[in-house]
This record gives sequence, C-alpha cells and structure tokens, in this order.
Amino acid sequence: MLTVSKLTRLHICVSFELKDGECIALQGPSGVGKSLLLRAIADLDPNEGAVTLDGTLRETVPAPLWRKQVTYLAAEPGWWADTVQEHFAAWDNAMPLVVRLGLPPSCGTWPIQRLSTGEKQRLGLARALMLQSRVLLLDEPTSALDATSTAIVESIIAERVSCGTGVIWSTHDTAQAHRVGSRLFVMGSDGRIEEHQI
Amino acid sequence: MTYIQLTYSDLILPALLVLMDGALSLALHLKLERQLAVATVRMVVQLVLVGYVLTFLFAAVSPVWTALAAVIMVLFASREIVVRQKRRMLGFGTYGLGAGCTLLAAGTVTMFSLLTQLHPEPWYHPRYALPLLGMILGNTMTGVSLGLDVLTTGLVRERAAVEACLALGGTRYQALLPVMRDALRSGFMPTINGMAAIGLVSLPGMMTGQILAGVEPIDAVKYQLLIMFLIAGGTGLGTLAAVMGAGRLLTDHRHRLRLDRIATETSG
Repeated sequence: MLTVSKLTRLHICVSFELKDGECIALQGPSGVGKSLLLRAIADLDPNEGAVTLDGTLRETVPAPLWRKQVTYLAAEPGWWADTVQEHFAAWDNAMPLVVRLGLPPSCGTWPIQRLSTGEKQRLGLARALMLQSRVLLLDEPTSALDATSTAIVESIIAERVSCGTGVIWSTHDTAQAHRVGSRLFVMGSDGRIEEHQI
Repeated sequence: MTYIQLTYSDLILPALLVLMDGALSLALHLKLERQLAVATVRMVVQLVLVGYVLTFLFAAVSPVWTALAAVIMVLFASREIVVRQKRRMLGFGTYGLGAGCTLLAAGTVTMFSLLTQLHPEPWYHPRYALPLLGMILGNTMTGVSLGLDVLTTGLVRERAAVEACLALGGTRYQALLPVMRDALRSGFMPTINGMAAIGLVSLPGMMTGQILAGVEPIDAVKYQLLIMFLIAGGTGLGTLAAVMGAGRLLTDHRHRLRLDRIATETSG
C-alpha cells in the first residue's frame, strides 16, 4: 500500500492511500498540477511530506530504488540513446509486450528520431512496465493514441492492477477515467484533491 | 643568448598599423573604431603593467608575492569562465566551481612540471612558475568554460531524457552520462585540435618568442612540447573536475535533476 501524507509541492498539498490492486483515476483542468503531484510522489522534484510504501518511508530507501518500485511515466517520455532497444535492459524480454502494443518486432533497431508521438508513448510505457513496479504513476499514457491502441493499453494496465499493482492514472478523458479507475480523484486549482463517486 | 632589443620608439611605426585599422573602420562605417581604441589602450596598459609587475616579482623571488600573483591570475580566469557561460549556475557554482577546478588543474600541473622537470632554484621562482601557470591557465580555462557551457545547455535541452532515466530508477550519474560525455568532448576538443595543427598552421607563440630571443629551434621545440603536454594534462584534469562537479551540483542526494540551480537569464 502506498500512503501519501501531507505531500506538499508548490501549491499542492494532498493526503491519500493507494491500496495494492487499486487504480485511481486523476482528473483536473490542464496546469492544475496533476503531473507535479505524480512527479512529487516519485520524488523527482523537491517536496515535503511523508510517502510510504508498505510502511517503509521513502527517504529510507535510495531514490533510484524507490523509483523502480514507484515509477512515474511522463506523457512525453524522454530518450537518451539513438535506437529503441538501447533504452531497454533486456530487449528480448520486452518484445512480447512491444508486439502486443502494436509495434513490429523489428522496431528495436529503429532510430528514436523516426518514431511518431504515439510510438514513443507506447514504447515509453513498455519500457516502464518492464520494471514490474509496485506502483505506476501514469501521466496521460494514452493522450497520443488511437482508440485501438488505447484499448490495448487499458487492458494491459488492467491486468497489472489485477495482479496487485497500484496505479494512479492521470487523464483528461472522463469516460476513460470511469473505465480504468476504481476511484476518481479530481484536482482543483487550489492544489487539493477531492474524491468523486464513480 | 643574443636578441634584438626594442625601445618604445621602435613600436611607434608598427602601432600605425592599428591606426590604419581604425581609419578603415571609419571609411567603411564598420563602427569598430571605438572598440578598437579601447582594446588597444587596454592592451598597452595591461602589458606594460604586467612587464613592471613581473620585473618586480623576478627581483623579489618571494613565495608570498608569487602566490599572490598566481591567485590573481586564477581569479581573472574564473571570471572569464563565468562570462563565457550562456546559462550560469547559482550559488557556489557561479564562481567557485570554475575557480576551484582551474586552480586545482593548472596549479597541480604547474607544480608537477616545476618539481619534476624544470627544477628552478627555488622551485617557485616566478620566472618559471608564472609564465607556465599563465599558459596552462589560459587553456584550462577554455576547456572548463566550454565543458560547463555544453553541460548546462545540454541538461536544459535533454531534460526529458535525463528525467526519463531517473524515473526508471537510474542513478544521477547514469542519467547525466550522455550529456557529461558531450561536455567532456567539447572541453577536450580545442586542445586536441591545437595539438594536431601545431607547427603546420602556425608556430606557437612561446616557441616563436624563444626563437626570437636566440634559442636554438630544436631547444625551443622541446620547451613547446613540454608546455603542450602540460596543457593537455591541465585541460583534461580541469574539464573533468568541472563537469563532474557541475553534474553533482545540478543534481541532489535524492538523484533529482535540479535545473532550478541554473540562472534563467542569459548573458551577452
């Protein structure tokens, strides 16, 4: 279980709990701080408050190890090497997932520069899923995808959730929020979250 | 050793060439005459002053005065490093990092050459220590400023890539490595290019000076080689220390990228 207590970053101040195998849909107008909240939970920006995973305080775990367990996926994932497969620790193991996401097996050697926004988003998701994290913080993971790819992503995440992964899924699509979320949080411009009924 | 001594009056005729440049600027509306005049006056005043200061230092052969001169040289170098940055680091990173790294690298290499190769008596004799330090400092400064500039610019540009690596559980060193490599390459490049072209394109200033002063060319070459080796070592050491140090300053203990430690405004 992920416990967030008085997490403070700029104007944001939130407390909540995310149980294993639970998916919280996070909504709110653009610029309200949804990404900031997810980044703060992953400890990517300086922030205050207590965040624990199964009772273990975040600060007692080395930051890289924390992020392998509580993984943030940006809406536009970044790339540091030239080809796709260089970004995966074990490309062969990732292949089935990549193929399931609708990309050809040969895409490992593709240069990053030729990828479309949607391809980048799917490969970024595959890369993050390979970590088998306990908690996934997904920042609009389907914003650049068509309906078919979106459905595939939703089903893959649903499988992870049924296996016990906790997910916070930020989305602007209200229908999607209701489809994927077992709870719904709406963030206001005051930086606080309100739980709505699904 | 014999050399042709110059008097100040010998310089009047060559100085007319600068006046010619000024006249050209006026005639062609280049608007450079003011800058040219200021630069010329600065050059004359600075060099004559340095001449007198060195004369004093060489006569004094005092460790205190020599060290003071060396510190002043390092301070000017660190100021120059800051001026050349498009994006400056805040806090200690602004002046301290550049100054610390150039002092460390140029100082170490200068001491190394004085103690192991040149053996002047005493070892800190300003006639040897200061010119050596000056040459190494100039090149180290270029390496450090280029390295820091490429690092800060690269981190701002590649922020998404660096943070993607961090978000996937990479350490700050793993995440910064591609940008650090670019920064180190840029810092080393001028020295490598300089070494490759030396002697073919131009004769190095120090060697030319020694030859004009009556030193046998082959002896002058040996000195130049010594200097080039020292420069290569100093630049490598200084650039490495600066880029690693800046990488550390621009991340924190929780392996977060801290671009908030880079000033947003750009300098001209």
